[in-house]
Parts: sequence; C-alpha cells; structure tokens
Amino acid sequence: MSSESLIEQSQNIDLLRFATAGSVDDGKSTLIGRLLYDSKSIFEDQLNTIKTFSRTHRNQEIDYSLVTDGLKSEREQGITIDVAYRFFSTPKRRFIIADTPGHEQYTRNMATGASNASLALILIDARNGVVTQTKRHSFISSLLGIRNFVIAVNKMDLVDYSQEVFENIVNEFNAFADKLADESVYYIPISALEGDNVIERSENMPWYKGSTLLDYLENVNVSGGRNMNDLRFPVQYVNWGGGDDFRGYCGTIASGVVHKGDKIRVLPSGKTSKVSRIVTYDGDLDYAFAPMAVTLCLEDDIDISRGDMIAKADDIPAIAGSFEANIVWMDNTPMEIGKDYLIKHTTSVVKGNFEEVIHEFDPDDISMKSSQSLGLNSIGKAKVELKSPVFADLYSENRATGSFIVIDPHTNQTAAAGMVTKYKQVSPDKGCKSVKVRVISYPADKKEEAMAKYDRLSMHGTHCIYVDDDLLKETLRKGKSVDSDEYSEMIENLCKIVTRSGVSVVVCSDNFKS
Amino acid sequence: MKTTEESYHLSNLKTLEAESIGIIREVAAEFENPVMLYSVGKDSSVMTHLAIKAFYPKKVPFPLLHIDTGYKFPEMYEFRDEYTKKNGLDLRVLRNEEALKRGVNPLSVGTVKCCADLKTKALLDSLKEGGYDAAFGGARRDEEKSRAKERIYSFRDKHGQWNPKNQKPELWNLFNSKIDQGESIRVFPLSNWTELDIWTYIYHENIDIVPLYFAKERPVIEKNGQLIPVYTDEYEDEVKDVMCRFRTLGCHYCTGAVRSEADTLEKIIEEMMVARHSERITRVIDHDQDSSMEQKKREGYF
Repeated sequence: MSSESLIEQSQNIDLLRFATAGSVDDGKSTLIGRLLYDSKSIFEDQLNTIKTFSRTHRNQEIDYSLVTDGLKSEREQGITIDVAYRFFSTPKRRFIIADTPGHEQYTRNMATGASNASLALILIDARNGVVTQTKRHSFISSLLGIRNFVIAVNKMDLVDYSQEVFENIVNEFNAFADKLADESVYYIPISALEGDNVIERSENMPWYKGSTLLDYLENVNVSGGRNMNDLRFPVQYVNWGGGDDFRGYCGTIASGVVHKGDKIRVLPSGKTSKVSRIVTYDGDLDYAFAPMAVTLCLEDDIDISRGDMIAKADDIPAIAGSFEANIVWMDNTPMEIGKDYLIKHTTSVVKGNFEEVIHEFDPDDISMKSSQSLGLNSIGKAKVELKSPVFADLYSENRATGSFIVIDPHTNQTAAAGMVTKYKQVSPDKGCKSVKVRVISYPADKKEEAMAKYDRLSMHGTHCIYVDDDLLKETLRKGKSVDSDEYSEMIENLCKIVTRSGVSVVVCSDNFKS
Repeated sequence: MKTTEESYHLSNLKTLEAESIGIIREVAAEFENPVMLYSVGKDSSVMTHLAIKAFYPKKVPFPLLHIDTGYKFPEMYEFRDEYTKKNGLDLRVLRNEEALKRGVNPLSVGTVKCCADLKTKALLDSLKEGGYDAAFGGARRDEEKSRAKERIYSFRDKHGQWNPKNQKPELWNLFNSKIDQGESIRVFPLSNWTELDIWTYIYHENIDIVPLYFAKERPVIEKNGQLIPVYTDEYEDEVKDVMCRFRTLGCHYCTGAVRSEADTLEKIIEEMMVARHSERITRVIDHDQDSSMEQKKREGYF
C-alpha cells in the first residue's frame, strides 16, 4: 500500500472507547500490557525501561502490568490507583482504553472511565469466578449506559484450560446480568499472561469456537449510545463583538442532527427561529450531527446566552424543575440532605439540593435498601430539587442531556455523578423567570472597570446595558443636573424598567444608591 | 428534510477535533482569564489551529504565552513570530531574565537545575503575574507514563502544584471549573490524541510546522547515543553532518535529532507508522531520574 493511501486509511478509521474493569489481581493491567505489546503500541525505549524494572524489582523478564501502572506510588505498591488512558490502533480501528482501578475505594474512577465508553471489558479470574467487584463494576457500567459487555475469563492457564470452569462462570454471570438493563454479553476464555485468545487463537482451548479478544474489539458494532433523533444543542459560547454584525452560537451537538433552514426553538425563552447558517472554519455546512462542534446562526435576533438550549421547534427536552436520578457518590464527605450543591448539566450550572434518598442499591444482587444518605462509593436513587430549571431528557434516552455532576460549593469537589430517571416539568414561563437579572454598580471613578465588566458579561452571552453619568448627561438628562435625589431616583427607575425585561444593567455613577 | 446521501459517521480525527474544540470553548466561557501555553512545536501548531477553528470567524479571545528559555532553536523563533502574526494571535513571551543573567544553562548547572529555573520557575511566575486562572497545554496522554493519568482539567493549588492522588473525577464531557481565588487549572485539549493523530491531522489540515521536523543534513555531535545539534561553540566533541530531523522541539542543548530521510509529511507519517521509539526518547531531561516527569509535574512543570 502506498503511503498516501495509508494516510487516507488512518484518517477514516473509527474510534472505539472502552473501559476495563475487574477486581484486584485478576490481571487487567497484564491484559492491557499484552494488547499494547502485541499490537506493537509500546515503543522500544518504553519497553526497555519496563524490562529493566521487571528484572530488578519483579524478578521476571517482562511484567506487562508495568505498561499501564504509570505513577510512581503505584509501581511501588503494585496496584493501580487511578484511571489511566491507553491508546492503540490496528489497521481496522483506533482504541482508547480507560483502564480503571479494581479496588472498591476507587469505584468513582470506574464510573469516570465508563462515562465516555461504549463497551466494558470485564475481567474475571477463572479461579475465583464472579465476585463482588465483578458485579459492582458491571452494575456501574450498566447504570452509566454501557450496553456492550465483554467478559474475559482470565488465568485459564491456572485452571488447566477447563471448559467446565469457563461454562460455570458464564452461567453465573448470566444469572446476574439478567437483573441489569438489556445488555449484549460476549464471553471469551483467555490467559493474558500466556497470550491465549488475546490476539492469537489458543491451541490450549480447542473447545472455544468464538472470536479472540482483539478480533471481537475490532469488529463489534457499537452504534448504540448516541441519540441521533432529537436535536439538542446546549449553547456553550456566544461568539460576537469585534466590530462586525456576526453573531453565532457555539456548541457541541449533544444529540441529533441539525439542517440549515430547520425551525428551532430556544429554551428557556421558548422563542422560535430558523437556522440561517451552520458555520465552521472549513466552510458553512448544510447539516451537522452529534458530536460535531459547530456555530449556529439564526434568522431572528433573539436573546440567547450560555446555558440556553436549542432544539427542533416541535421536539424539545423537558424543562425540569426537579428530578429523580441514579447517583454515584464520589466524595469522602457524604451527601447532606437539603444542602445547596451546584449541579452542572450540559453547559448550565444551577443550584440544587437532595430532598431524599429513595433507595440505595446493593450491587451484590442489585437489591434496594432504604437509606438516609449516600456515602463514598455508594450508589442510589435520589430526589433532586433545582433552584432553576434545566433542559433535560432521561438518561436512558439521551446520555448527554440526561447526565449531570454535583459539585460541593464549599470544597469545589466533584461530589457525585447523576443520571436522570424521571423529571418533573415546570411551566415554560417559570423557566423564563429563572433567568438571573442583576444590577451591578460601580463608583463614578471606576469607569474603565465598569466597561470591562460589561464587555465580559456580553461576551459570555448575558444581556445587559451600560449606563454612566456622561451618557445620561448626553441623553435623558440633557441640560439637567446629575447630582440630586431626583436624579438618583431616575437611575433606579431606569434599572427597574430594564431588568423587568430580563436585561441586566451595569451602572457607573456615584448617584446610584441601592 | 433528511436526504439519503447523508451520513452520520464521524472519523477518528474529526471526533478528536470536535472534542478538543469543545474543551477550548468551555474554558473560554467559564474562566475569567485563560491563556494558551505556546511552545512553538507541532502540538502547539495543532492546538492553536484548533483554537482558531473554535472561534472562527472571530479571533481567538485569549493570548498565547511562550515561556522562552532563551535556548530555543533560531528556526523556532523565526517560525513563532511569523506563525502568530499570520494567524492574528496575541503572543506574549516571558523569560527568567534573572537566571539567564546568572549564566544558567545545562552545561553550567546541569539539566535538572536548568529546567527548574528557565522553565518551571519562569512558567509559575508568569502565570501568577498574569493572573491567569486557566492555562492550556498541548500535552497528550500517550506521551509519557505519568501523563496517561492526567485529567483534561488538571487542578493546581496556590503554588501551581499537582497532586496525582487528589484528582477530581471527570465524567462525560462535564468539566468541574470551580476553583478558589489564587488556584488555577491546566487544561489539556489534546489529551486523547496520539503522535500519529497529530501528524495525520497536520497533513490533512495543511498546518504550518517548524522546518526542523523535516530531515536535512545538519551539524551534530554524538553524546550518550543522542544526536545533539550544534548551535554553540561550547562543545569539544567532533562535529559531523548527519541527515536527520527532530521529532520534538525543546532547547537546542537538550533536544536530540534522529537519523531520518523523511523530508516530507508523507514520509514522516510513514516513518511514524513503523517507529519503534517513543518521541520523548530524544528529550534528555526525561531521563534525569526515575519518574522524572512525574516529579517535575508535581512541582508545577507542564
């Protein structure tokens, strides 16, 4: 093949992101090390470092697990403590592996790895069978919406490559998987250490007729995951200013498809317009789809700021004022009922609190138990009250608009991940009123700062006007005094009128009292 | 409205591009005073290209910051000035003048001290001085083992330091941008790109890069198996002309060249596809001590 067609091919191959999970010591790092090594994704100098360390610290020729255990503290302890991202490619596909830790205390990292994956590779030690960690990780992966599972039954070399052992594990896991959502599960007996059924078909297990692991990963169809039906375009950044009249709304299409000329509706205002342009650096497009990052221009000049949602006029998300959601708690500090947290959902951040925990899951058998609160690494369903509404769909229908993170405003920690299972709508006009309107005042001698503030607010898409004494002298107060109680009252009234229309005011005057 | 010819398939490179643009815009929207670290290398060329795309047709709304050790290749300075001017980018250059006056260089104080003064200190000082609350960097997770675990939003405390044990979980594309006064984040929009992705993207997008990446006969000395280019008369070793190119660009003292005939992008990509050495092998500073990059990052280095 010529180098040009090789380059062409490398451009067009697709990308599969998968997460790996399993419990401590079931050989996950070794398996990934093997995949990287056999697909020639480890470079010679990296390999030399690993070989030297293997010989001096592990007393073996090469310890594949060292490929992924990157941090010094991990190499010393011999365990993986954080998600590591690994890359390899074959002529068919490019892969990103989120290699997640096995220890229970790092469940949150498992959720992190699974949130962007479309397939979960779960390892089971053939000697131990299905254990609590297997169930916990499968449950989290399923909860996060992964529908493709590969169960690699590892260390088959240590159970004499026994078909019976393999089949018992298949039956055991199948019984558990019945309780999860609709998954496709594929089972492969392997030995990561010896290389059986990883890339090369094993001669030790002639009874196994299925695919090898790499073969399966290269060919599995993982079309599911992204919703291509409902257009959701969370406005991320309003691009305007700088002297021309261009005004575009930048964002990543969260789901669905948008065409030039589509009739759209903007939330929370509920106003409709048409898409006049789909702008990209490479030229305007006739249509764009998730997950492309584009800039939309509309035919009508309507008020739109960051956090607003653009959808098709006749297919909008819920304007949710509260919801029920599956929550993975990730902070050392447990959930506090009634406390104000920050909820980041698409491009908007709102205040919200937990009203109650409906139930907590026992990942062992996915049974539910009652609970007052959720602590580190626990998973449950809870009711969330929002101070201002968000534009949401159910997580099962739309990952991008059904997911949120919870931030503790005191520590700034990401305390939890949430997936919407049910919502309560608020009426659209309540949605509109939630737009925060402010009057920001500066003393008269801080004119430069005031104007900078106005510029920044406008750049971020906040609708506001700027007023100072000089401007008023030229217009409303032409020929009148600007140093009286009556003048102060006039400014106050001006602010009242403007804010009532949903527009903020930056005032730079010593005569503005409140 | 859907026609039968429409395809909703996004290739690997287009997926990566969209993800990076999303990250760059999110930071511009959520932070008061972001800055993009610009190192003049190929990853910087790609990162700035993505920033230009993100805000097209408007200008990139934040400045670029080049931490200049004073020992970069002359070709890099020339490229930097031309590239930023051509693309309308607001470039700011900072050096640790005090250390340079003291005569700090890798031959006089060793590579560890030299990096600490001219890179890490210069970087931390200039971030603090500029009051930047977010700084983009072009690092990739496939580059080096401690980077494989770096988040896209990487939190730094008041002293600019990284604590790998205290990383926030990062789910979906929902980034936690909450920081306290004086704290900052480093942002890595190229996290999920590999070296090969960078090269194929440069090829497809026709992105300008420093000519040092292309093979040419250059005067070098051989030192510990590395080909070090000669831009100073301080070396006593024998200088010879070798057909070579650079896979990464740093300071001329510490950047080794590799023997190569690849004088076009096609040839470089072909070479990449059969490469058996990671690009950082030509960085003298990575081999300073075991886990040397992790150590530098903890102290505040990018």
